[in-house]
Amino acid sequence: MAAAASPARELTQNPLQKTWEPYDNGLPAGHSAQRGVCMTNCPTLIVMVGLPARGKTYISKKLTRYLNWIGVPTKEFNVGQYRRDLVKKYKSFEFFLPDNEEGLKIRKQCALAALNDVRQYLSEENGHVAVFDATNTTRERRETIYKFGEENGYKTFFVESVCVDPEVIAANIVQVKLGSPDYVDCSNDEATEDFMKRIECYKNSYETLDENLDKDLSYIKIMDVGRSYLVNRVMDHIQSRIVYYLMNIHVTPRSIYLCRHGESELNLKGRIGGDPGLSVRGKEFAKSLAQFINEQNIKDLKVWTSQMKRTIQTAEALGVPYEQWKVLNEIDAGVCEEMTYEEIQENYPLEFALRDQDKYRYRYPKGESYEDLVQRLEPVIMELERQENVLVICHQAVMRCLLAYFLDKPAEQLPYLKCPLHTVLKLTPVAYGCKVESIFLNVEAVNTHRDKPEAWTGREKKP
Amino acid sequence: MAAAASPARELTQNPLQKTWEPYDNGLPAGHSAQRGVCMTNCPTLIVMVGLPARGKTYISKKLTRYLNWIGVPTKEFNVGQYRRDLVKKYKSFEFFLPDNEEGLKIRKQCALAALNDVRQYLSEENGHVAVFDATNTTRERRETIYKFGEENGYKTFFVESVCVDPEVIAANIVQVKLGSPDYVDCSNDEATEDFMKRIECYKNSYETLDENLDKDLSYIKIMDVGRSYLVNRVMDHIQSRIVYYLMNIHVTPRSIYLCRHGESELNLKGRIGGDPGLSVRGKEFAKSLAQFINEQNIKDLKVWTSQMKRTIQTAEALGVPYEQWKVLNEIDAGVCEEMTYEEIQENYPLEFALRDQDKYRYRYPKGESYEDLVQRLEPVIMELERQENVLVICHQAVMRCLLAYFLDKPAEQLPYLKCPLHTVLKLTPVAYGCKVESIFLNVEAVNTHRDKPEVLMLMPLSMAVVPC
Repeated sequence: MAAAASPARELTQNPLQKTWEPYDNGLPAGHSAQRGVCMTNCPTLIVMVGLPARGKTYISKKLTRYLNWIGVPTKEFNVGQYRRDLVKKYKSFEFFLPDNEEGLKIRKQCALAALNDVRQYLSEENGHVAVFDATNTTRERRETIYKFGEENGYKTFFVESVCVDPEVIAANIVQVKLGSPDYVDCSNDEATEDFMKRIECYKNSYETLDENLDKDLSYIKIMDVGRSYLVNRVMDHIQSRIVYYLMNIHVTPRSIYLCRHGESELNLKGRIGGDPGLSVRGKEFAKSLAQFINEQNIKDLKVWTSQMKRTIQTAEALGVPYEQWKVLNEIDAGVCEEMTYEEIQENYPLEFALRDQDKYRYRYPKGESYEDLVQRLEPVIMELERQENVLVICHQAVMRCLLAYFLDKPAEQLPYLKCPLHTVLKLTPVAYGCKVESIFLNVEAVNTHRDKPEAWTGREKKP
Repeated sequence: MAAAASPARELTQNPLQKTWEPYDNGLPAGHSAQRGVCMTNCPTLIVMVGLPARGKTYISKKLTRYLNWIGVPTKEFNVGQYRRDLVKKYKSFEFFLPDNEEGLKIRKQCALAALNDVRQYLSEENGHVAVFDATNTTRERRETIYKFGEENGYKTFFVESVCVDPEVIAANIVQVKLGSPDYVDCSNDEATEDFMKRIECYKNSYETLDENLDKDLSYIKIMDVGRSYLVNRVMDHIQSRIVYYLMNIHVTPRSIYLCRHGESELNLKGRIGGDPGLSVRGKEFAKSLAQFINEQNIKDLKVWTSQMKRTIQTAEALGVPYEQWKVLNEIDAGVCEEMTYEEIQENYPLEFALRDQDKYRYRYPKGESYEDLVQRLEPVIMELERQENVLVICHQAVMRCLLAYFLDKPAEQLPYLKCPLHTVLKLTPVAYGCKVESIFLNVEAVNTHRDKPEVLMLMPLSMAVVPC
């Protein structure tokens, strides 16, 4: 390690994030990295592998959503989409026949176009991870992609999905293929028949990742929708996190219910944070929630709360076991705890202004930011992925973070998602995304939502 | 889900942990569970599988240490140890020959004695996880154990280590077998020769976990010291955490350096917490640390700090890149931040007394407990396991938590581990544990350590609790 005898540099505290950064002659200096949820040194290229209808796009989209949420810039590149953009109208499975020269040419062209966009994203646009979503079922194709990765200084990690259960494949076809643009003019039976023949086109040339032939590659092979996994040569932190995530997700139908605690005494006074109890209306809401949950008739519902009194009081009304998670506690507003927004603006005008400038990264003095919250909530998301039916009774900022994960909302929008009191959001995974139902439980409450101010200089006082 | 129309129960706040618990007629009621790091519903029986010298005991001990640290009561049961207790003197590998009736009888007896202790630990002593450390190389033996698990309501998870690399096996023998009580009177060569024959005794009957024959079992098969893994039917949260941990550990030699920031301005005033800068002596220490690190000549050293000014200032003196982790921040003392202990005792006498009663679980009002710290630090431990040479510049309470993990110290001792200022602890994994070297860098600093008071006089709550 190089001996550096240079004098210690000055540290100044970034006013937005409250982090200490070194300055050299008045300019920000290098050397000091903030540990995001994970540091990626060189970009990662994730390559999906598998026959059609094995869940590759499902996994690609879900993994991309997760990585972006934890702060790793990720983008997926679906080669089928490139093909649809190039060949305007899909005719039939014959396009995919192994001896269709025209088809092969177009498909190779699309793969290369996608790889080119991957290169642009990772090498020019500061992307950290690219997910290359295609069948990639031959060793030859995978070698081409691996070389591409090597040439560009990317680490390549393969994700293969192997499944032979005809019921699973049929269910996939119903979920995501019948509604595909390829089959917009077909009946369900016609589409299914054509798609089955499409799968057959790939089967003869399919070379699954092999323990011996591919022993030097980094990969995870997912078998039977997660019944078992073969993991080979995990190279770094991000690959380890990806493996952990993929091993925790499942496809069993279920619903996740998100809501806030009932209205609290401090809510009534327009004050933030603290550890108050429920107001009269908040207790009403808790009873309504109990009734609602009963009517939903949910199988094996797990109930989670924070360790703050208001969520626990709300759960108590349900009369069922619940688990308290400290990491579900509301964002810590530090010196601003229990203040009104007017008091904050009066006593900390700079802080008030900074928060509206970048609400996601803004950290309260001696408190937290939304960015901190996301890092704190990652184990909750991981356990939500493992679980089936869950009701999470939490807080405004916390609920915004969880919602942003399920609805794939970016950091800029996250702090402004609408999560009103006394309203349950029911999230049900469907196709590649999440259906949201919003149910207001008919007990009035104050509105705690603040929109992003429209246009202002940052110097004038907000009305 | 049952419709419960009972009125909402009263909540009271536990004075020690500051958690809200429901009370029914003045008595603690059920229903409300604190989420520890993971909730285990029924006990888990982990069963090691593999030929001798494949790292089973290494994995057993490490996994046990990790699970206990994150708050899951875990105990390992090494059948070889039961054998050594029963058969006082080990003679030779012939004890393990597959046709040695006497040997087989004793070995089966030991396995059953160990299983009986497992049952007592999991079913009577509130253990959550038991690690059954033996070769368990035949399907028949594993079925016996699986049935035992089923009868007792345990979930069984197998951990198999498969390795054919002769260099790895030779290194294992040197690390942990030559020093075994079995070979206390042998030369290294004699011991190695005997042990290699011992391994041979198992090979003929070895039935590795099979993708088809064992497809209904829950297991992880670790191949070539972690190069690849086969994972089958992970059933619940704790198994998922175990798999994640096992997939992140490695055996590459390396050292972990732990130290605190240099002495801070608040340290000098006897005040806790805050975000102060370094004192003059603290800056001296930072320079000494830079010199020390240089002299150590460490390959590819990673340097981690918290996001508090004093650790970052310390790292700045090293002149190398470092990473700031918010989760390495010192324990949050809530309303007591920046107070002296005298001020705390004066303004919050009850809090002061409670902390000395149970320092691990005690949570400062609007702050944290050591127990909270451990949960917050778990990703740091996981990443330390993945990494090689790392220097962690942190804080007293944080360093105590990390040290307790590496040195397998229980919760009661953790908050009293000695982590003085200006002292680097160098931890080097060796055999089944960790070697510690303590290096004081010769720059004086205040002492911030408080021992557990000897006698606590508990008076009625209306009066203060006075530690002697």
